[in-house]
Amino acid sequence: MANIMIRKGDRGYVFYMPKRDIEDSIVAMEFDTPEKWGGEIRLGNGGIYYIEPQEAPTRLPYSVRAKRIDGVE
Amino acid sequence: MGLLNREEAEALIQEVLEVYPEKAKKDRAKHLMVNDKTLESAKKCITSNRKSVPGVMTQRGCAYAGAKGVVWGPFKDIIDISHGPIGCGQYSRGGRRNYYSGIAGVDSFCDMMFSSDFQEKDVVFGGDKKLAKLIDEVESLFPLSKALSVQSECPIGLIGDDIEAVSKKKAVEIGKTIVPVRCEGFRGVSQSLGHHISNDALRDWMLSNRDGKLEPGGPYDVAILGDYNIGGDAWASRILLEEMGLNVVAQWSGDGTVAEIENTPKVKLNLLHCYRSMNYIARHMEEKYGIPWLEYNFFGPTKIAESLREIASHFDDTIKEGAERVIAKYQPAMDAIIAKFKPRLQGKKVMLYVGGLRPRHTVGAYEDLGMEVVGAGYEFAHNDDYDRTIKEMKDATLIYDDATGYELEEFVRQIKPDLVGSGIKEKYAFHKMGVPFRQMHSWDYSGPYHGYDGFAVFARDMDMAVNNPCWTLFKAPWEKPAEATNEDTEALVA
Ligand code: SF4
Repeated sequence: MANIMIRKGDRGYVFYMPKRDIEDSIVAMEFDTPEKWGGEIRLGNGGIYYIEPQEAPTRLPYSVRAKRIDGVE
Repeated sequence: MGLLNREEAEALIQEVLEVYPEKAKKDRAKHLMVNDKTLESAKKCITSNRKSVPGVMTQRGCAYAGAKGVVWGPFKDIIDISHGPIGCGQYSRGGRRNYYSGIAGVDSFCDMMFSSDFQEKDVVFGGDKKLAKLIDEVESLFPLSKALSVQSECPIGLIGDDIEAVSKKKAVEIGKTIVPVRCEGFRGVSQSLGHHISNDALRDWMLSNRDGKLEPGGPYDVAILGDYNIGGDAWASRILLEEMGLNVVAQWSGDGTVAEIENTPKVKLNLLHCYRSMNYIARHMEEKYGIPWLEYNFFGPTKIAESLREIASHFDDTIKEGAERVIAKYQPAMDAIIAKFKPRLQGKKVMLYVGGLRPRHTVGAYEDLGMEVVGAGYEFAHNDDYDRTIKEMKDATLIYDDATGYELEEFVRQIKPDLVGSGIKEKYAFHKMGVPFRQMHSWDYSGPYHGYDGFAVFARDMDMAVNNPCWTLFKAPWEKPAEATNEDTEALVA
């Protein structure tokens, strides 16, 4: 589990992990509706992370805990 | 040698790697690449921000250097206490030339060094008492400081001193903010973690001091982040922003103050020059205060104009017109500089090896002068920096991460650039090899290089280095064939 920050870029969501300074685009997010948001997210570099599905944040950027499932660290 | 093509560049990397033992070779191979513009992400081709290989000469610094030297040092009214043995502070004092306006020792403390001068007994019995005493002493001698910071050197972390407790207690006593910074040199793999720790310390101990008490900001308030005013860089940038109608509330950290830090949360846009050392605080302010941030580049007229327009695009028409006005105003002067220096510099090849930003940021300025960057690398960049670099560089440019002394020398020997831009540690090695050199950390005691005014200085300095007649005098006269000597002397006189 690590803290990540999700912000809005020109082309969709951007993933950022302060601890490791990983910045990448989010190419797919499992749930992306106001009521249910998060789940499995896939990054441009092939990494896969998991955010506990929750209500969509009212404002971005938003810091949240995420779990690394697969891919380069 | 002319420009390398892809195969030649790859072959050069292989050749250089040949001398390493198997394990080091495998490791170093991951840090060297040949640029390929089609790549979306640098991740697969280059590894960065990893521990240096023991036994090779790395050019990196430590976390303390990144915190005290880079981020904290330039704030002029903060007294930074180098907490620990004397050497770390003394040898890092004043070399970076962060200019400030103020009176040293009265209200500004950038070029002074404060240290707790640890002795054996402090290591054995702990240094907290000494720190408390030191803070009292500093406060009575320099009452006009606005805040203090405690920059830990290695031993503090090793012996487990509680600098946070001392700082909190003393802050109440003297009525000033005291920020404990846990930037012991052994943390992380380079000075880069020191930047991050400093950003976090600023965030936790200072940035929010006036939350709820700040007057609402004006519509054109901006802050400059990540400009350390080396040789006056921030000033040369600031005047452009002000000329186009923006109101610069804060400079982080060159010539900056505590009041500026505390006022930053009211700005409308954060302008980020050095992405590597200050993106953390920009991201934090975006999340907490909803302030967007923007990376810009003030090296060379092309990039400046691009950046001014991009900055202006975040504001209304007055600012957009302002940007056009500024660009138009300086264009004739820039054209004159280019007309003067481009013929002397056209086609010259440059290799760069600097910290975490400049190898990609200065490319535009070199290209404005007709020069070409054939190799670039960073001491402590991270993956996101390389993502940004790939786009700036030409195809087949050599890219090296945390290069060793040997690699750099070998690359330069083979590529034979007309100019190398790097730091003081590299400077004399290359001078001895007969290669023109500029320090790109401290601008070789020159500057500013940012902004339009800076470009004038930059162009002159590059010309001075590349076309200096001394480079023709490397061979002793008696070692040259007679005709050549004549020719050379004529060239010199002409
Ligand atoms: S590594 Fe430690 S001892 Fe060395 S300069 Fe940095 S803080 Fe000082």
